[in-house]
Amino acid sequence: MKKKKCIAMLLAGGQGTRLYALTSRVAKPAVSFGAKYRIIDFPLSNCTNSDIDTVGVLTQYQPLILNEYVGNGEPWDLDRSYGGVHTLPPYQAKKGGEWYKGTANAIYQNLHFLDEYDSEHVLILSGDHIYKMDYSKMLAEHVANKADCTIAVIDVPMEEASRFGILDFAADKKITSFEEKPKAPKSNHASMGIYIFKKDVLVKELIEDEKNPQSSNDFGKNIIPSLLSKKMGVYAYGFKGYWKDVGTVTSLWEANMDLLGEEPLINLNDPNFKIYSRNDPLPPSYIGSDGKFKNSLMTTGCEINGSVIDSVLGEGVVVEEGALVKSSVVMRGTRICKGARLNYAMVDENCVIGKNCVLGDENSSKNKIALVGGGVTLKDGTLLKAGEIVERED
Amino acid sequence: MKTLGIVFSNIHDRELGELAAKRTLASVPFGGRYRLVDFPLSNMVNSGISKVGIITKYNYQSLMDHVGSGKHWDLSRKNGGLMILPPFGDESSHAVYTSRFEALKNISHFLRRSEENYVVMSDCDCVCNCDFSEIVQYHIDRHSDITVVYREKDIEAGKTRTLFDMDVDNRVKTVTISDKIAGKKASVYTNICVMNRQFLLNILENSGEYGYKSFSADVLGKGCKNWRVYGYKHTGYFASIDSVANYYKHSLELLDGDTRASLFDNNGANIYTKVRDSAPCRITDSALVTNSLIADGCVIEGTVINSILFRGVKVAKGAVVKDSIVFQEGAVESGSRINCVIADKNVHILDGRELSGHATHPYYIAKNVII
Repeated sequence: MKKKKCIAMLLAGGQGTRLYALTSRVAKPAVSFGAKYRIIDFPLSNCTNSDIDTVGVLTQYQPLILNEYVGNGEPWDLDRSYGGVHTLPPYQAKKGGEWYKGTANAIYQNLHFLDEYDSEHVLILSGDHIYKMDYSKMLAEHVANKADCTIAVIDVPMEEASRFGILDFAADKKITSFEEKPKAPKSNHASMGIYIFKKDVLVKELIEDEKNPQSSNDFGKNIIPSLLSKKMGVYAYGFKGYWKDVGTVTSLWEANMDLLGEEPLINLNDPNFKIYSRNDPLPPSYIGSDGKFKNSLMTTGCEINGSVIDSVLGEGVVVEEGALVKSSVVMRGTRICKGARLNYAMVDENCVIGKNCVLGDENSSKNKIALVGGGVTLKDGTLLKAGEIVERED
Repeated sequence: MKTLGIVFSNIHDRELGELAAKRTLASVPFGGRYRLVDFPLSNMVNSGISKVGIITKYNYQSLMDHVGSGKHWDLSRKNGGLMILPPFGDESSHAVYTSRFEALKNISHFLRRSEENYVVMSDCDCVCNCDFSEIVQYHIDRHSDITVVYREKDIEAGKTRTLFDMDVDNRVKTVTISDKIAGKKASVYTNICVMNRQFLLNILENSGEYGYKSFSADVLGKGCKNWRVYGYKHTGYFASIDSVANYYKHSLELLDGDTRASLFDNNGANIYTKVRDSAPCRITDSALVTNSLIADGCVIEGTVINSILFRGVKVAKGAVVKDSIVFQEGAVESGSRINCVIADKNVHILDGRELSGHATHPYYIAKNVII
């Protein structure tokens, strides 16, 4: 078979504990976003739009929904006879087996996958950001620089820099220093956690890292510092555009809100850069005679007979008469019954919010989101205060 | 019990006038995100049929583009799946078929090679959500040669219809084809029927002997004296899209919740269509939308009342879309008002235009037109 130039490895095993009830039953990359998507649609669609046709998706935490969602990769055009998308869970082998200990170890345990395709380069991605990026441009720069490793970099506000891996680079983009979550950041150039390695360099580093019992087997903490200490060719690739971590309830809510308005911060409507997703076969959405729908987003199968303001509704969401959904995110298959009021709330998939329930309050904020986990049925008249969380017990 | 599906894509093109001028009836858009062929195809798939042939005649590029390999209907299969059956000229004149019966004769090779015991045939102007497996079972239980699906409705004169007269067991006694009959509760043929494949092959091969040239008049009309022809009554929602006015009327019926429930979710049986990966629809603060169906990819800043917007329609600030149907990628610019309009694909209505039809005579704007 012809060698692939570059394949992608997508780290999708994270639990995403700071999403609380939203990730009780699904892995973070499978969390719903932006009415019709799941977070993983963004890196997968980016791959498709960058002509990368082979993607290993490394799963570990609650993989069922994620596996089913990714399936054979058809929605992303990743159903290929040679290549395509492959989910790679931890497995038992002759010499035993173990869970993925860290991001680097997850790739290490799948070295056979890298060997099978034996591509020249390997792109490492994570499944917890919303962004549109043409990786082929990054690959072109990586190749032009003859880099051993290229790290995608975005400038973040200085006051937030200590949350990121911060790096510095020379005029030729060669990285001179890298610090994971520094207390006193030297710059605002943040690593996006997107790396392209020469495959041979990556394999060698991973094997070495695995032998080091002190290592936490993590790209940011171990692999990148090791490359820099060896003075290898590590380059920065500057990215400009929308890039949002959705690892917390607040940031996930914010990212949803970023889709609203007359000029949304991220354009999902670009015919040359579509974000693909797997969807249910539902009819178009209906807004009734008494329905009110302002500054909001929805996808197929919704029935709106109440008021929806500044909100994002997933597939098949029903808002009954007299209900109000304001500054909220309601995910697929959920019903908001008559007279219920939602303010600064996030409701996961397949919930029923009973009649006259009150979730959150008008004076709340993005930092105090009332959160309802998947599959919850709230009895009529339930009160859920701002910032409170409820999830299914079983 | 294996069943083969046959879909006629072109049979009633002429009745839809401009809507089907540059496409087959099968690829006429309907219901915000569908094409008419989605209904028979989805019904067949939902009934467990995994091999479907679509009989075509002309202008079927848009149909091929829409159905592709059939994967959106789960019909991209190694065994069976979706097959487009292009027209096949007869040996002497190379002329293309002119009737349903000739069309079937043209595909007799396909029918002969198939292994299924039963054949379900449907036209594309049959907008319904119907479980064909129940009809096939009904057909088997009655040892029927042909089972025709009918519905009871009040009819007016002026349109040619095939009507059945049945005995107490629903066996068809006489078939009347006429445009003069008016009355209450007539049993009207839906152009959906079930046959044993061998029976169908037999009448196609021996049509000369039987003197059959037409399906409705001869096979059903004369045949009901010789064969066991039974009627099966369809009770759910059914729209026959047989004129532009009816297209408009039936489209707007979808604004009724019960109609939508009956058509789009019949015990979990959904209607499938080609996926376009449009973004979710975005409605801004300045917009006012009531009693309307809105597909993905729409961006609405203006007013939309009693209307159906297909995928990717843009309604600018200050524009008013009322009692109208706007197809894929249409755009209505600010200050424009449209009323009782059917705007075909990619129609662009510039600033300040006013266009109006009437509920019984909707104003039709052709594909790609800029007004």
